Amino acid sequence: MLRSMGFRLVSAALKEGRVTPTELCQRCLSLIKSTSFLNAYVTVAEETALKQAEESEKRYRRGQPLGVLDGIPIAVKDNFNTAGIETTCASNMLKGYISPYNATVVQKLLDQGAVLLGKTNLDEFAMGSGSTDGIFGPVRNPWSYSRQYKEKTPPKSSSENEESDWVITGGSSGGSAAAVSSFTCFVALGSDTGGSTRNPAAHCGVVGLKPTYGLISRHGLIPLVNSMDVPGILTRCVDDAAVVLGSLAGHDPKDATTIQDTFKPFELPNLIDVRKLCIGIPKEYHAPGLSSEILALWSKAADLFKDAGAKVIEVSLPHTRYSIVCYHVLCTAEVASNMARFDGLEYGHRADMNKSTESMYAATRREGFNDVVRGRILSGNYFLLKQNYENYFIKAQKVRRLIANDFVKVFGSGVDILLTPTTLSDAVPYMEFIKEDNRTRSAQDDILTQAANMAGLPAISIPTALSKRGLPVGLQFIGHSFQEKQLLTVAKWFEKQVKFPMIQLEEVKRHDCSVFQHQKSVSFL
Amino acid sequence: FCTRGSSAPEGAKQGSRACARPATGHRGTAPRGLASWVPVVGLEIHVQISSNSKLFSGSQVQFAAPPNSLVSFFDASLPGTLPVLNRRCVEAAVMTGLALNCSINKKSLFDRKHYFYADLPAGYQITQQRVPIAVNGSLSYSLCIDNKMSQMVTKTVRIKQIQLEQDSGKSLHDDARSQTLVDLNRAGVGLMEVVTEPDMCCGEEAAAAVRELQLILQTLGSSQAIMAEGQLRVDANVSVHHPGEPYGVRTEVKNINSVRFLAKAVDYEIQRQIEELENGGTILNETRSFDSKLGCTIPMRDKEGKQDYRFMPEPNLPPLILYDAKSLPVNMNHQQVVNIDWIRERLPDLPSVKRAKLVELYGILPEHSFTLLNEDGLAEYFENVIKQTQMKPKKVIGWILNDLLSYLKQHALTVKDSPVSSFLLADLLNLLERREISSSAAKQVLEELWKGEGKTPLKIVKEKKLELIQDQKELEQICQSVMAIKVGNQKVLNKLIGLVQRATRGRSNPVLVKQILEKKLSE
Repeated sequence: MLRSMGFRLVSAALKEGRVTPTELCQRCLSLIKSTSFLNAYVTVAEETALKQAEESEKRYRRGQPLGVLDGIPIAVKDNFNTAGIETTCASNMLKGYISPYNATVVQKLLDQGAVLLGKTNLDEFAMGSGSTDGIFGPVRNPWSYSRQYKEKTPPKSSSENEESDWVITGGSSGGSAAAVSSFTCFVALGSDTGGSTRNPAAHCGVVGLKPTYGLISRHGLIPLVNSMDVPGILTRCVDDAAVVLGSLAGHDPKDATTIQDTFKPFELPNLIDVRKLCIGIPKEYHAPGLSSEILALWSKAADLFKDAGAKVIEVSLPHTRYSIVCYHVLCTAEVASNMARFDGLEYGHRADMNKSTESMYAATRREGFNDVVRGRILSGNYFLLKQNYENYFIKAQKVRRLIANDFVKVFGSGVDILLTPTTLSDAVPYMEFIKEDNRTRSAQDDILTQAANMAGLPAISIPTALSKRGLPVGLQFIGHSFQEKQLLTVAKWFEKQVKFPMIQLEEVKRHDCSVFQHQKSVSFL
Repeated sequence: FCTRGSSAPEGAKQGSRACARPATGHRGTAPRGLASWVPVVGLEIHVQISSNSKLFSGSQVQFAAPPNSLVSFFDASLPGTLPVLNRRCVEAAVMTGLALNCSINKKSLFDRKHYFYADLPAGYQITQQRVPIAVNGSLSYSLCIDNKMSQMVTKTVRIKQIQLEQDSGKSLHDDARSQTLVDLNRAGVGLMEVVTEPDMCCGEEAAAAVRELQLILQTLGSSQAIMAEGQLRVDANVSVHHPGEPYGVRTEVKNINSVRFLAKAVDYEIQRQIEELENGGTILNETRSFDSKLGCTIPMRDKEGKQDYRFMPEPNLPPLILYDAKSLPVNMNHQQVVNIDWIRERLPDLPSVKRAKLVELYGILPEHSFTLLNEDGLAEYFENVIKQTQMKPKKVIGWILNDLLSYLKQHALTVKDSPVSSFLLADLLNLLERREISSSAAKQVLEELWKGEGKTPLKIVKEKKLELIQDQKELEQICQSVMAIKVGNQKVLNKLIGLVQRATRGRSNPVLVKQILEKKLSE
C-alpha cells in the first residue's frame, strides 16, 4: 500500500510512526533483491542505506524530521558522484572508482534525510537510448513482467521465447526509471541530455522531469554534453516531482551555469483550472515513425484540454527536423572534449602498458571505453578539427539557436505549454532493439525530446495510458524557461485526468502482499 | 631530472649586448643580404597572477610547496567537477590591461584547448582564444643607445591581447627509471598571456620591453613576475626578412628564464636565421629551446609536428561580463561584479609616471630615475631619505646610486634587506650637510653602518673621532706643523691642504684649513 503512492503520504506515515525509516529501507532493499533480474541497480549500498535510515529514525523519534524527504528511499543514476559509493558510469574506465565527494544534488537529498539505496544502471557514460549499452548489461523493463503485458502479449510457445520477450526501459536513465517503476524506491535521479530521463520514464510508466537548464546544479554529474545536461527527476507522481525539484533547485556556487536568483519551492494546487491555458500542438512532432496508437493518444489528450475549456492550437517549430543532426555534432564534440580527462593517470582504469605515456593513453582508452563512446570521441574530434570547425560545429550552434528561437516565437505568441508525445512508440523488445546500432537508435529515440535540451526548456513526461501490448505510453509537456510551476501544474491536472494504471508485478505482490493494494486499472481512453 | 619552468643556473657569461640591427652602409660592396636583413621579434609572455587561489578552484597558490599538496578535485580533473572563476584573477587582468592601454572587453569568452600531456589532467586547457579579456594595447619602454645610460630612447610595442588561462602542472622526467612524475600544484594557477605584436627588432629591445612589463606588473601587484620562479615566462617569435618583402618564416624560442637570456636568445636566433638563409638554407616553422649554458637555440623534439588543438567554447563557464560605471546594474551585488572604472580609478602610478615625477620633483637625471625604479623599493628608499634630510636630492642620489646600490649589489641584497635604513642614511647625510663631518669621514661612517650593529652615525663619529675639526687653534697648530715641511711656497697650497687632511684623517674643515694656510703663508 505504502509503495503505491507518492512519498508525501509515506512521509505522513513515517511521521505518525505507522512505519519506520528502517522498515521502509529494509522493504526496499529486499525488493531490490527479489527484482534483481531487472538489473536496475549496479551498486546497492545496503550498509550505508541502513545507517542513514537509522539516523532518520532517530530524528523521527525526537520528532525532528528534516522534512518530507526524511527517511524516503531514493536511488541515483550511476553517473552522479557519491562519496564512498562506487561511481562507474557503467564503464570499464570507472569500474571501481570511488569518488571523494557527493554531487550537489546527492548532497542536497542526503541533507534532507533521504536514504540512498544505491546506484542505478545506464548506458555507458549515458550514451544511449535503451539502457542496453553499459558494462553491467541491459536493464529490463519491469512492465515486461507485469500482468498487463503478459495478458496482452501471450508468450510464444516455448519458455525460451518468453525470455526474449522482455522489453527495454529506454534510456539512458533506464535503471532509475525501472527502480521507481518496480517500487524499489520512491524517487530516482536521472540525467537528461537529449531525453535520457523522459524517454525511460515514458517506457516505464513513471513521471520524468527535465528541469530548465541552469535551475539545478550539475556539479558532480559526470557530463555528457555540458551545455544540455540537466539532472532529471523520476517519481511516481507529479506532486513528488515538485517536492524533489524544490529540494534541488537553486544556485550552486560550484556550478557557474546555475541561476543566481533564489528559487522558491512551490506546492501544486489541488484544484486546477485549465480554462485560461493555451496548449500548443507542434505539428513537426507528428514525426515519421510515430505509431498510430500514440498519435491517437496525443490527439485524445489535446481533446481533454479542449473539453476542459483550454485553448488548443496547432503551432509550428520549423527547425525541429534539423535537431537530430545538429545534436549529433554538438554532442560528439563535447563528448570528445569531456572524455579527454580519462587518460589513466589520475584515476580510473589504467592499461598495463608502459612503453610510453602515449601508448599508455591509447591502450587505457581502448580498454576503458566501449565502441559507442569511442565512436563519439572520434567523430567529435573530427568536427572540432580546424578545417571542419566552421562547417560543422559553428553551423550546428547556429542551427541550435534557430531551434531555440522556434520555441521563443511560439511561446511569445501566447502559447503556455506544448503538448507532444515523448516517444515514437511503446518500448520494444530487447531482441528487436539491438538489431539497430546505438547511433541509429539514439537518433530515432531522442527525436521528440531533444529539442527541449537544445533550447534548455523544462519538459516532463507523464504516463498516460497502456498500449495495445500492455506497455506504458507517455506524453510530454514542454514549458517556458523557469516556469516549472506552471508546467507541473498542468502536468498534475493531466495526470489526474488520465488515471494511469498501476503496474501489477508478481514480485511485488508476492513480496509484500499484506500491504500491497493495486489500484483499479482505468484508462482514460 | 628535467623540470619545465625551473630556473637554470646562469652559467654562461653574458655576451656582447650589441644590437643586431641591420647594419648600414657598404651598399654595393657587401654581398646582398648581410646588410639588409630586418629581424622581427614578437613576444608571448605568460604571467602568473598573484592570487591566493587558482583561476578556477579554491586551491592555494604557493611556490615550492611539497608536490601535489595544493590540488583540489577540480585541479586533478575528477569527473563531474566544474570551473568557478576567481574574481581576483579577473581584476588582476583588467588592471594589467588598463596599465597597458588596452581596451577591456566587457564580454569575453573561455575556450578549451585540447592536447594530451601528463601535466594537463583534463586533456584541455581553459583559455581565451576567441574573445580575450583585453585587446589592442601598447607598452612603452626605454633603452639606451650603444650601452650609454645618457642616451636613452623610448620605444613602443603594441599589445595584441591579454588572455586569462590556466597554468599546467609540472612533469618531472626520470630518464634513468623511465618514469614521469607529475606535480599538479601549478595546475590551474591563473595566468595572463600577454601577446605582443612583432614590433621589436633585437634582443635588447625585447629584454627592455619585458623588464618594463615586469616593473608594471610588480607595481600593480597583479603578478610578482619573478622569472626565476616561473611567474613570468617569455616565448619569443623571431623571423628575418629583406626590407620591403613579406615577413620570413618564424621560429618560437622557449625556455628563456631571465631577461638577460632573453636578449641573448633572441640575438642568437636572429644571427642563426641570417646565417642559415645566407648559406642558402631555409627556416622551419619550429619551436626551439634556448640552452643557457651553450648560449644557443636548439629544436625541441617533443614539439615537432603541427598540433590541432581542436578549440571549443568552454560550456561550463558563462561569458565573462565586466561592467563600467555606466553599465553597472543598480541591483547587482557589488561583490559579484567587476567594475572597470572602479579599478581604473585605483590604479597606482605606473613606472613611467613615477620616473617623470622623480625627475621633476627632485631634479635628478632621467637615467637615474630608471635605476631608482629598477630596484624594488629603491625609489621609496630614496624618497624617504629626502624627506629626512636637508641635503639636496641631486646630492642624495649619488649616495643612493654609488654607495648604497653598489654595496647591495656586491652583497646580493635587496633594498628591503639593507642593513642601513633610510633613516640612518638620512641621519648620516645630515651630519655631512651640517658640516659636522667631511664627506670622506661620512664614507668611513657608512662602512661602519653596514655592519648593522645598531649604532647611530653620531655614535660612530664620536667613537672614531671623525668630527670635522672646526677649532681654529687646533687647525693652526696642524697647519704650522705642516708648514714646517714646506715653507714659503704659495703654489703648493693645495698640496698643503692635502697634507693637513692626511694629518687629520680627513676630518678638518677644508675651508678653514685653506684660510689658515693662506694666512700663515702670507705671514
